[in-house]
Amino acid sequence: MLIGGYLGPLAIVLLGVVPAAAIAGVAPRLLRISLLLTLPIAISVVLVSVFTRAGSHVLFNIGPFDATAEGVDFAGQTLVRLLAISTSIGLFGLTTEPRSFVLDLERRGLSPRFAFVALATLEAVPAMVERAGVISSAQRARGLDTEGSVRARLRGVLPLVGPVILSSLTEVEERSLALEVRAFGRPGRRHLLWQIPDSGVQLAVRAALLLALLGSIVARITGSFPSLP
Amino acid sequence: MLELRSVSYRYAGYATEVLHEVDLRLSDGEIVGLVGPNEAGKSTLCLVASGLAPASIGGSLSGTLTLDGTPAAGLATHQLAERVVVGFQNPNTQRSGIAATVFEEIALGPMNLGLAVEDTVARTREAIARLKLDHLVLRDPTRLSGGQAQLVGIASLLAMRPRHVILDEPTAQLDPAGTRLVGEALRSLAGTGTSLLIAEHKTDLLDGLCTRIVVIDGGRIVLDGPTSEVFDDRRLAGLGIEPPARVRLGRLLGSRGVDPAVMAGALTDSAR
Repeated sequence: MLIGGYLGPLAIVLLGVVPAAAIAGVAPRLLRISLLLTLPIAISVVLVSVFTRAGSHVLFNIGPFDATAEGVDFAGQTLVRLLAISTSIGLFGLTTEPRSFVLDLERRGLSPRFAFVALATLEAVPAMVERAGVISSAQRARGLDTEGSVRARLRGVLPLVGPVILSSLTEVEERSLALEVRAFGRPGRRHLLWQIPDSGVQLAVRAALLLALLGSIVARITGSFPSLP
Repeated sequence: MLELRSVSYRYAGYATEVLHEVDLRLSDGEIVGLVGPNEAGKSTLCLVASGLAPASIGGSLSGTLTLDGTPAAGLATHQLAERVVVGFQNPNTQRSGIAATVFEEIALGPMNLGLAVEDTVARTREAIARLKLDHLVLRDPTRLSGGQAQLVGIASLLAMRPRHVILDEPTAQLDPAGTRLVGEALRSLAGTGTSLLIAEHKTDLLDGLCTRIVVIDGGRIVLDGPTSEVFDDRRLAGLGIEPPARVRLGRLLGSRGVDPAVMAGALTDSAR
């Protein structure tokens, strides 16, 4: 009962996420982002749960819909869980630069292929946007109108599509060739350049978190943790 | 030795061949320049000589490519990479994208070969020293200028310590100092027995670097000979290839009645 219900998710947010966000100096941004992410789901959860959940304690009704105490309880528990999830993910996003994160994992032994796929995916959109900007400037220099009315903007977008896609494909092919030249596809073990120092505290925290995760799963399976009503 | 015998190549989906009956031999320690007009087939020849075409990009090839006596056909791309490397002209596509620093970028190839850490580090340091990149080792490879990225790309290839190196316009984004640096690095590499094929428009670089020049046009080798002989050939102008400044100056002075031997002596004296 300690971790489930309201107390567990709130404890995660108030004792874990909020202090960490405050230390990182991202608490206001985290709050804003989490609310923005959660709000649309939260509204639908509240409406659906409060008015459609069957229960014996009817608080009030709107037309044929009864708002029940059980529905309010369910919505509340769902909301604090959503809050815990969104703030945790938000904190990770605000404090961790994805490229640095993947590169650091690679230094610790993550497969270079996985790192390549992850980073190529992360960088694909910004790279295409940058390329589109360059091509757009070149097209404008040659008199193409890319500003003004919606119709003019649409007309301006069409000549960009072909060059952006084709140049992206060419670049992907050249990049994969350049990697093959450097034996990227060779099977077998690679010796890591780095031996990252791992302090006793870090080891202990990781072990504790892992144990907590396993404990949570076991407790949930055995029924020690409450599930949503 | 890298040898192409009667090689013709057609890209996948192309109706016609891009290379026709090409014969080319690179001896150990030899630096061969490859020149030709645009669309002559230089880049394709680089891909074929490296084994990437057709092993990686497909297409159909007739004739044979042998690397130190071993037929390249049937070798996996990582096995090819242990023998021959190829560098492309766009430095942005040379970057792996998975290295946090220039040092790690250059070390990626040796790491992929499964070498012990000490060997990887030794090769990386050697490549860095060859191209004088010490000041860049801790920089993020994504934040380099075009010229710096090109040097890092070349260093990444040299760190593989291949027997054969093929470079497609390796100095396209380099300033004169960077171009000279690459020239010195390649010359010293050839001194270790590595053979090099360099496709370049900068004939001045090739003039001072190569022992032999191959001219390609329309997918066929039309001239192949010692550097001075090929660059003196009047047919180059018809192919849109500008001879190096040495040749042009010699011709100009010759047309004004100056003895080329006197000019050469004067140039040597001024160099002192």
